[in-house]
Amino acid sequence: MLDNIQMHMLTEVADLHGVPEGAYNFRVNGEKAGRNTTANIDIATKTDGKSGIDIRIKDGTKNESVHIPVVLSESGIKETVYNDFYVGDNCDVVIVAGCGIHNCGNQDSQHDGVHRFYVGKNSKVRYVEKHYGEGDGKGKRILNPVTEVYQQADSYVDMEMVQIKGVDSTHRITKAELAEGATMIVHERLMTHGDQVATSVYEVKLQGKGSSTDVISRSVARDNSEQVFEAAIVGETACSGHAECDAIIMDKAHVVAIPKLDAKDVDAALIHEAAIGKIAGDQLIKLMSLGLTEAEAEAQIIGGFLR
Amino acid sequence: MLELQNVTYTVTENNIEKNIIDHMDLVIPDGKFVVITGPNGGGKSTLAKTIMGINHISSGRLLFDGEDITAKNITERAKLGISFAFQQPVHFKGIKVIDLLRLATGKNISKDSACEYLSKVGLCAKEYINREVNNSLSGGELKRIEIATVLARGTKFSIFDEPEAGIDIWSFQNLIQVFENIRKTVQGTVLIISHQERILNIADEIVVIENGKVAKQGAKADILPELLGTASAVNAACSKLDPKGGF
Repeated sequence: MLDNIQMHMLTEVADLHGVPEGAYNFRVNGEKAGRNTTANIDIATKTDGKSGIDIRIKDGTKNESVHIPVVLSESGIKETVYNDFYVGDNCDVVIVAGCGIHNCGNQDSQHDGVHRFYVGKNSKVRYVEKHYGEGDGKGKRILNPVTEVYQQADSYVDMEMVQIKGVDSTHRITKAELAEGATMIVHERLMTHGDQVATSVYEVKLQGKGSSTDVISRSVARDNSEQVFEAAIVGETACSGHAECDAIIMDKAHVVAIPKLDAKDVDAALIHEAAIGKIAGDQLIKLMSLGLTEAEAEAQIIGGFLR
Repeated sequence: MLELQNVTYTVTENNIEKNIIDHMDLVIPDGKFVVITGPNGGGKSTLAKTIMGINHISSGRLLFDGEDITAKNITERAKLGISFAFQQPVHFKGIKVIDLLRLATGKNISKDSACEYLSKVGLCAKEYINREVNNSLSGGELKRIEIATVLARGTKFSIFDEPEAGIDIWSFQNLIQVFENIRKTVQGTVLIISHQERILNIADEIVVIENGKVAKQGAKADILPELLGTASAVNAACSKLDPKGGF
C-alpha cells in the first residue's frame, strides 16, 4: 500500500491518481511496490545482479502503455537503477517514467536512473519522464538520469523530459543512435530555482540515411540557480538535425548553452539555435494592460514558455 | 471622461531635454469615437502610452472619471477600465490566442465565446484559437488578435495605437470594416491614433497633435475638411494607395 505522500509523488511525476491501466512497475524507496504485466508487455526484475527491470514489448503492440514511476520518500536513500526497454517492431506505445523525491530529512536522497531503449523497426514510442522534488529537510534531492536510445530503421521516438520543481541537482545525459529513416524528437522543459544546478547533455548520432532529430529545450533559471545545456548532433550521412535551446534567465541565475554540430557528410543538414534572455518587458506590459499584476504576468509568461 | 491637465513627458537625448508631450491639456468626453492624428514624431503614440501608464509623465495630472490616476500603474489603470491595443503586437512563446483572450476577459471563457471575439475582427476563429501568439502569424493577423483582446476586455475606454501600421493594403481594407463595426457596436469611449482618412472619416471628434501640443480639437465635420487641405492629409491619401508610402 502506498501512503499519502507516495501517492502525491506519483500524481506529480506520472499523473497517476491510482493504479494505471496496462503494464506498470512502481518502485518505492528502493523496493518493488507494485507490478502488472500484460499479454504484450512483460516486466521482469534483472537477474544480473544490478538493480532494475527489463521491459519487453512484443512486435506489433499498439496503443498500450507502461508506467514505471519511482518514489523516494525516505531521507538518505541513494540508488542506481538500470531499466532496459526492448520495444519490438511495428509497435506504438507510451512509456511513462519519472521520479519524485520527498526529502524531509537531513541526508541526501539520490536516484540515478539508467534507461536504455532498443526500439524496433517502424515502431513509435512516446516517452514521458518527469522529475519532482519536495520536502523541507536539509538533505538534497539529486537525480542523475542517463538515457540511451538505439533506434532501428523508420522508428519514431518522442521524448518529453520535464523537471519543474524541487530537484537540487541534476546531471542528465542522453545519447541516441538512429538508423535509416528514424526520427527522434526531444522536448525538455526545465525550471531551476534556489541554488539548484542542472546539466543536460545530449548527443544524437544520425547514422542512417534520412534519419532526423529535433532537440528542443525550454528552460527558466531563477534565483541563484545554474543551468548548462549541451546539445551535440552528429550527422554521419544524408540526414537532418535541429537543436534549440531557449532560456529565460532571472534574478542571479547563470545559464550556459553549448552547441555542437558535427557533419561528416555533405548532405547532413544540421542547425543549432540558442537564445538566452530575460522576460521581455513588452510581454509584461501587454499582460499588465489586460489587468494582470506584474507577478501574475510573469507567471503566465513562464507558464506558457514551459508548456 | 479622461482629462489631461498640463501634462509633460520629457526625454533626454544626447544630454538635451526634449518635451515629447509639452504642457498638454486635453479632454476626451465619454462615449465618443475620437481619432488622434498629426505629423509623425508629434507625440501621438507617446500620448497613448502615457494614458495607459506605460510612460510615466514628468509633470501634470491625469484624471479618469474624475479620479486622479497620475500615480497609478498599468495594472491599476487596466482595472479601472482602460485598454490598449499595441501598435506592434507583442509575441509570446507558448501562449495561445485563446489564453490571451481568456486573460483579457478575466474569465475561463469557452472556445465558442473566444471565437466570437475573433469573428468580430474578421478572423476565421477555429483556425486561430489554438495558435501561439508568435511570428508564425502574419502582421495583419497579429494586429487583429491584438484588437480582439481589447474588444474582449469590453472596458469603458479603449485605445488603439495606429492599427493600420505595418499591415498590407488588403488587410487594411478589412481593418477599416472592423473599426466601422466597432464604431456601431462598442459602448464606451474609443480613442484611435491614426493617419488614415477612412478612420478619420468615422470619428465623432478629431484631435490634431503637433510638437507635443493639441493643435486642433473638434467635431469631425469641422476638423477633417481643414486637414484634407494640408500636407499630412495628402500623405495619408498616398499611404492609402501604397502602405509603404510611395508609388
